[in-house]
Amino acid sequence: MNADAFFTLADRLNARLTGAEVLFCGMSSEVSDFVRLNRNRIRQAGHVHSAALALTLIEGTRQVEGSCDLSGEPSHDLTRAQQLLSSLRGRLRHVPADPYLDYCREPDESWRRCGDRAPDPAEAIGSLVQAAAGMDLVGIWASGDIGEGVASSVGHRHWHESASFNLDWSCHLEADKAVKGAYSGFQWNPEVMRQRVEAMRDGIGLMARPARTIEPGRYRAYLAPSALNELMDLLSWGGFDLKSHRTSQTPLLRMARGERAFAPGVGIHEEHERGLVAGFTPEGFRIPPRVTLVEGGGFSGCLVDARAGKEYGEVVNAASGSPSSLGLDNGTLETGNVLGLLDTGLWIGNLWYCNWSDPNDCRVTGMTRFGTYWVERGEIVSPVRVMRFDDSLYHLLGDRLEGLTRERELILSAQTYEGRSTDSALLPGILVSGIDLTL
Amino acid sequence: MERLSEIADRFLTQAPACDYWTLRLVEEDFDHLEVRQGVVEPSRLASVLGAMVTLVKGGGIGYGATSDISPAGLRAATRRAADWAEVHSRLGLFDADIFPRSSTRADYRTPIQEAWVSMSVSDKLDLLQAANRALRLDERIVDWSAWLSRRRVAQLLVTGDGGRVSQVWDFVHPGLVAVANAGSQTQRRHGAGADWAQQGGLERVAAVRLLEEAPRVASEALTLLDSPECPQDIRDLILLPSQMVLQVHESIGHPLELDRILGDERNYAGTSFVTPGMFGRYRYGSELLNVTFDPTVPLELVSGVTDDEGTPARREYLIRDGILERPLGGPLSQARAGLPGTASTRASGWDRPPIDRMGNINLEPGEGNLADLIAQVERGVLMDTNRSWSIDDSRNKFQFGCELGRLIEDGELRGLVRNPGYRGISATFWRSLHGVGGLETLEVRGVRNCGKGEPNQSVYVGHAAPPCLFRDVSVFGGGE
Repeated sequence: MNADAFFTLADRLNARLTGAEVLFCGMSSEVSDFVRLNRNRIRQAGHVHSAALALTLIEGTRQVEGSCDLSGEPSHDLTRAQQLLSSLRGRLRHVPADPYLDYCREPDESWRRCGDRAPDPAEAIGSLVQAAAGMDLVGIWASGDIGEGVASSVGHRHWHESASFNLDWSCHLEADKAVKGAYSGFQWNPEVMRQRVEAMRDGIGLMARPARTIEPGRYRAYLAPSALNELMDLLSWGGFDLKSHRTSQTPLLRMARGERAFAPGVGIHEEHERGLVAGFTPEGFRIPPRVTLVEGGGFSGCLVDARAGKEYGEVVNAASGSPSSLGLDNGTLETGNVLGLLDTGLWIGNLWYCNWSDPNDCRVTGMTRFGTYWVERGEIVSPVRVMRFDDSLYHLLGDRLEGLTRERELILSAQTYEGRSTDSALLPGILVSGIDLTL
Repeated sequence: MERLSEIADRFLTQAPACDYWTLRLVEEDFDHLEVRQGVVEPSRLASVLGAMVTLVKGGGIGYGATSDISPAGLRAATRRAADWAEVHSRLGLFDADIFPRSSTRADYRTPIQEAWVSMSVSDKLDLLQAANRALRLDERIVDWSAWLSRRRVAQLLVTGDGGRVSQVWDFVHPGLVAVANAGSQTQRRHGAGADWAQQGGLERVAAVRLLEEAPRVASEALTLLDSPECPQDIRDLILLPSQMVLQVHESIGHPLELDRILGDERNYAGTSFVTPGMFGRYRYGSELLNVTFDPTVPLELVSGVTDDEGTPARREYLIRDGILERPLGGPLSQARAGLPGTASTRASGWDRPPIDRMGNINLEPGEGNLADLIAQVERGVLMDTNRSWSIDDSRNKFQFGCELGRLIEDGELRGLVRNPGYRGISATFWRSLHGVGGLETLEVRGVRNCGKGEPNQSVYVGHAAPPCLFRDVSVFGGGE
């Protein structure tokens, strides 16, 4: 569904409001092609066309929320939306005043588009399969248009749309000996894809060396941006949202209370200025271009959604308490010198399945996965069999952090649980004097 | 279901010309009520309606999914499916001839004792308010919440071979959480259905004792604040069903999925340490280990009559007397692997294609009660309610954390320990299974957030298990 169709639907619903009713409409739409690959052949391919309408009906200090799927056919969609509105009116009579109700009272408009046109997926897959001939390539192609909007009876008309592709893949040698690749963005270039596939042939060559089994213990290590992204993803689970902080549930509780800190060079920000996600909240608030969460290694601020903002008396600065455009400040290490600086230890390309081991102490467990190597005297010696780590971020980003790379990598999320994600992270790699491996 | 039948009947009049087709229509309704810290959270009503057309044509397979269920919308989805079938016919991993065909005609409906609408919204909110008051034991309870959710899923599958399967699943999910804090130590306890999901209606509220459980949940969160850390040691371990669910899920269920074994999931959810040659001979665990795929258990989360491709649901042993017998996977994966399987090809919704999933994966009961298991332990820890899970991409090296631990000494339960965790390796852990509780200790539970697949899919999975005793496990507590 495009912006015009959505705003027209919202206008028609607004025209049916009565008395002091206020209505916020949200739209999430997607036209996507998905192609799963295994052994460099198509495992499963298809097309998804979806549109979902979200309504928040407000009357005085009471509010109720609802949502329904839409077809894209205007008269049918109006009927479904009116039915939902009617259900919400019925429910509204039974709910009490909501002290944490908040929405933007000022009319506002915005429109943004990322990317012109998604590539032809069948053509792209054909060229990928050709480029990866002879390789055991596994992964997912996702491409197409995504649209998000907010319209309200107050006078909001916000729209964010993008046309993008995300190719997330790995190439396998045997068992879990594999290297990871990704190519995503808004301008498909088959030559870039071919170069990345060729680079993976080199990685597979390294993987062909006999794998090393290492014992549990503390090891000097370099974590590439993709590995750090897994840690940041976990930290985003309660690390930065205001409600988690005010209810003492955040894994950064000891940092917020001044008992612990990351290294002085660690700065973490929500960088909406990147412009890849919608710049507005479901309640019509604009999102600031940048929110500093950690500065100089210490706690700086939280992400504040409309509800938490009202509850705790803070200004709204996010659509939710979880970052969607996380950025970690770069450092001074040259990526090209990392192997030499690491000298002897682990070069960790990816981590996997991270979870809290003890959130009270920001302690994380997870596994190494894909492209993890043993390094001696600055040279990659061999791939390493998967190992479990269990360590605190107060160490990995704190007293054992030796440096961050100057270069940062933009990682576009390949997640598709609730539709194709527009989240991203801009991260450096980190060199640590030790990471605790346990199993 | 009437609405879905009408859509299907219209589709039948314009059925695509191809070798085989399926139309899967899904309609879902959600309702969520929650009271947090005595304040009613915004009520949420949601409805979902969409269709997936799958086409086998010219040696290829493709799907088209749409929320436009008009005749024109379904025609467009069919064209998209045909386009991808053509590409698949040139670049596919396997020949479309092995795609399973179904002519099954069957119906399923969750038996409900109390309809969701039999209690007014006001009465439901009053109940949740009462639970909130019972959770707030003192000022160290810094956050608390009680909720009540309803989900109804109606699915109609019609096929080009005359198959027609209608299934309606009803769920009511009550739950509680209490968060306690003192200094820099925070402890959470969940209860009253928060991790104990089944099919059913409002009778679930009484079954999980929503109101009655609240003081215990809050009290345990408070007690944990001042409890010692779980010791770091090698000790015997008793897992209550609330944690056995995750142990079975991660280190038996996932490794046995055929699509992992076939390599489909290697880029995302991972592969498996289990290989095709292990079936029929591999010792997965001690002789006490018996695991079934059982879609027939009344009210378990994934009980029904067929999977999402129309394969009739049937109980099968996966592991018998500790020996691995059969993987989890539908007819397509079975044909690819040359192995037997299960009726467990499932999709998370109308917008995702079916893939190999767990259904109800149950650890069959042994003998005796919990006290009998505890009596066998000289030095051990009992763990309750999962709070953290992590396992490698081959589903071998795992680590779990639980909300509550309790020491066991000389066959008797002692005091609580906080931040309990344990780690092990699937391939050896189940061989240390030393005791399995009897039928009277079996709890029918499940998880509601099993993630897998590309594109990603999150589904419900059922697990029934009794408490179990494991010998010599690496356990640990919290702290840096």
